[in-house]
Amino acid sequence: MTEETIQRILSRYPDRRSALLPLMHQYQEEAGYLTEDAMRMLAARLDIPPIQVTEVATFYDMFRLKPGGRREIWVCHNLSCALLGAEQAIRRLEETLGISAGETTPDGLFTIKRVECLAACGLAPVIQVGPDYYGPISANDVGDLVEQLKQQSA
Amino acid sequence: MSMSEKILTKRFDIPGYRGTLEEYEAAGGYQAIAKVLKEHTPASLIELVKRSGLRGRGGAGFPTGVKWGFIPKDPELPKYLVCNADESEPGTFKDRELIMRDPHQLIEGILLASFAIGCRTAYIYIRGEFVAGARILEQAITDAAARGFVGQDILGSGFHLNLYAHRGAGAYICGEETALLESLEGKRGLPRLKPPFPATSGLYRKPTVVNNVETLCNLPHIVLRGAEWFSSIGTPKSAGTRIFSVSGHVRRPGIYEYPIDITLRELIFDHAGGMAEGSRLKAVIPGGSSVPVLTEWHLDTRMDFESLATAGSMAGSGGVIVMDETTCMVRVGQTVSRFYHHESCGQCTQCREGTAWLHKTLRRIEEGRGRAVDLDLLLDICDNMKGKTICPLSDAAAMPIESYLKYFRDEFEQHIVEHACPFDSTHRS
Repeated sequence: MTEETIQRILSRYPDRRSALLPLMHQYQEEAGYLTEDAMRMLAARLDIPPIQVTEVATFYDMFRLKPGGRREIWVCHNLSCALLGAEQAIRRLEETLGISAGETTPDGLFTIKRVECLAACGLAPVIQVGPDYYGPISANDVGDLVEQLKQQSA
Repeated sequence: MSMSEKILTKRFDIPGYRGTLEEYEAAGGYQAIAKVLKEHTPASLIELVKRSGLRGRGGAGFPTGVKWGFIPKDPELPKYLVCNADESEPGTFKDRELIMRDPHQLIEGILLASFAIGCRTAYIYIRGEFVAGARILEQAITDAAARGFVGQDILGSGFHLNLYAHRGAGAYICGEETALLESLEGKRGLPRLKPPFPATSGLYRKPTVVNNVETLCNLPHIVLRGAEWFSSIGTPKSAGTRIFSVSGHVRRPGIYEYPIDITLRELIFDHAGGMAEGSRLKAVIPGGSSVPVLTEWHLDTRMDFESLATAGSMAGSGGVIVMDETTCMVRVGQTVSRFYHHESCGQCTQCREGTAWLHKTLRRIEEGRGRAVDLDLLLDICDNMKGKTICPLSDAAAMPIESYLKYFRDEFEQHIVEHACPFDSTHRS
């Protein structure tokens, strides 16, 4: 994270603490997860106690406190997706990658994450990877999707 | 009803329209802010929006002009407008489309609202998972600033507005406006005790208006076409169109913009393609997973705020979730209660404990381990959760479960008597 990036983010807010979530996002995008050192550094930059950074890091679902796969596969298991077969798609995804939701493949490429409604119920059952939405994804579509994601990551 | 006109989603139908600044301007965009800067004062714009009858589209349905009117007029006092783009209510996906497909319509709405309340800095709080949406908004803000629509001395009028997109990080509760403000201040999203309301003490304890994406997108149209035109759509108490998100067991899930008083039947069967061949509608949630369920007996209910309240439900966020006869309502309850349990911020005991108990009990019934006393236990938990907490999440978790028991109690009893889910063999695979 460059000093220029930090200053650009800080300049948006009259109170520097507001920069905490954007800075955490920025750090995580670059480093993959939030290390203890990173959280201490952010606390010092924003002049808040380190515990308050930890509180925020553990409150929000998107922050990672340990390394995970290079790409997170977010699978919605909320109502509209569940009605149309999300659980079956999740099971197939787990079988295809050989891991359970919450785990990372041995090659460090993918982590499966069960998530709540992604506000894309028109595509249910929906899967999101980075900025991209895939849906509707039935259990039978999972194999092709995984191939597609592997090719993108090659 | 069939001759109704789209308003907010009108430009989505222009062939090749991607929502760039050039395309938005070519389709009449940014004319409303130009008109307002020439012809209006903040007071006259607030009056116009009050007369239009526009009500908030986020869930509560509060009159937008009235909300703006609560902001102190002192020009020395910093004030903030915050656009709530934390769309997370299960079954709702309209704001995502409005942002992805026509971001400048939202930016123009923000300019108008900011002018009305006299603020110089506005934020769009967009849910963290909306990675593409945040990028689109940032690009759109940059483009609008380059053309002089955002920043200093907008269109030579002396009106200034700095506008920033701010990403959340995955927390449903941040859609509640005071939790959103805490989050925007860099804290955990714990709702604040009200009063004071954001209009007097909001972001950084300064007067603040929080408006939903769809609410703001209505503003350019009201300015250009007038309050009378807007209030002629819908009902006297619920004016305008609404963008309904339709999902679940329908043939054509998607967003549908219609006058707010369309019936559930017209929306589902005339527009969303109805049910799949040979299947029958069993239940429908009309306003996102937080609201009480309705049944096929309610299909002629209109979707405006008052009609849905009369039918025993709520208009909520306009998220319509349709379920056919293969749906197990205990399983639905288990899924919905798991969500609220996961999303409870934990500061009020009734919600923190109640959501956990609801989920635990519903799961037990669904897995065939329910006991005869569990149905009364569920109602008792719900009773202890409603109207007793800082924010409405607790009520939002309890009301749906009560409604599933009200209309489908025999299904719950069958699970308990048979020690199994009677739908297990018919669940779709």
